[in-house]
Amino acid sequence: MTDESTDYEGADRLTLDANACAGLLMEVFGTEMTVAASRCTHCGNRAQVGSLRAYVHAPGVVLRCATCTEVVMRIMRRADGSYLVDARGAAYIRM
Amino acid sequence: MAALNWQIVTVTAVRDETPRVRTLSLLVPSWQSHRPGQHVDIRLTAEDGYQAQRSYSIASAPSDQPVIDLSIELIEDGEVSPFLHDEVVVGDRFEVRGPIGGYFVWDGAGTDPLLLVAGGSGIVPLMAMVRHRAQIGSSVPCTLLYSSRTPEDINYSDELQRLDAREDGLRVIHTLTRSQPQGWTGYSRRIDMRMIGEMLEGTGRMAQAFVCGPTPLVESVAESLVNIGLAPSQVRTERFGPTGA
Repeated sequence: MTDESTDYEGADRLTLDANACAGLLMEVFGTEMTVAASRCTHCGNRAQVGSLRAYVHAPGVVLRCATCTEVVMRIMRRADGSYLVDARGAAYIRM
Repeated sequence: MAALNWQIVTVTAVRDETPRVRTLSLLVPSWQSHRPGQHVDIRLTAEDGYQAQRSYSIASAPSDQPVIDLSIELIEDGEVSPFLHDEVVVGDRFEVRGPIGGYFVWDGAGTDPLLLVAGGSGIVPLMAMVRHRAQIGSSVPCTLLYSSRTPEDINYSDELQRLDAREDGLRVIHTLTRSQPQGWTGYSRRIDMRMIGEMLEGTGRMAQAFVCGPTPLVESVAESLVNIGLAPSQVRTERFGPTGA
């Protein structure tokens, strides 16, 4: 582990940006999604999808609002290769 | 944008940047030119069919050639990077898809000054931006603050020195957190709010910031930038995770 990492305490080390999931999002939605605007259902924050926080170490991928940390979207790949997308945390996604 | 298809790439060159970072040049047969800051996904398939997939930032500037450079940090207990470091030789082939991601991108449009902040191998996508900026002759003021452990850990050291010496509006500022060469007059501590404040004195508050590195560093820097008064939309982050894997 680099000390660029160990020097900074307190952060959740597993957090990524949704930009890191751009490939998966493109698989699911068929287009570049990280610059699409979305609005968080919970707090109303408007932000580009790429700025959401991504958690990829669980089964499936969870994207959370960078402002209120509530879940915006869950994406699960099923055994048959299809995707299950729960986007109830997004009031809208403009694409 | 075209569908995201896996394609077979061929390794055309291998170069060590530092003891822990190796650059692979890849020939990508049907490559649509990328934008600085974008990444690719790599997929390795074992003989038994087991697959491992990782994302790696593109280090090279966009060009007409179907060749891209990826600089890969060795993660000792990693699944993919030890293979890419120890096993891969020129002529090897594996699967890549991309370019991917439009969020963490600077392609030379706009006149806002740039503040690029890198920790460790987080320099890679920012290097693509710095190289692109030089290539297109941009005069957009650009400050690169780059945190490394030791002088030996600085990626692209000579090239950064050359680019800095052009005096075309690029400033390269290093901080060395673990050991410094004799006579070192630069920063020798982790990036903190005071350091970020000093960077912003140079760039002004209109700066567009790109921050890339291990997650804890990125969180800390992004928080400092917003605390100092940048709008969240002025701060784009690319977290590499716990180790920058």
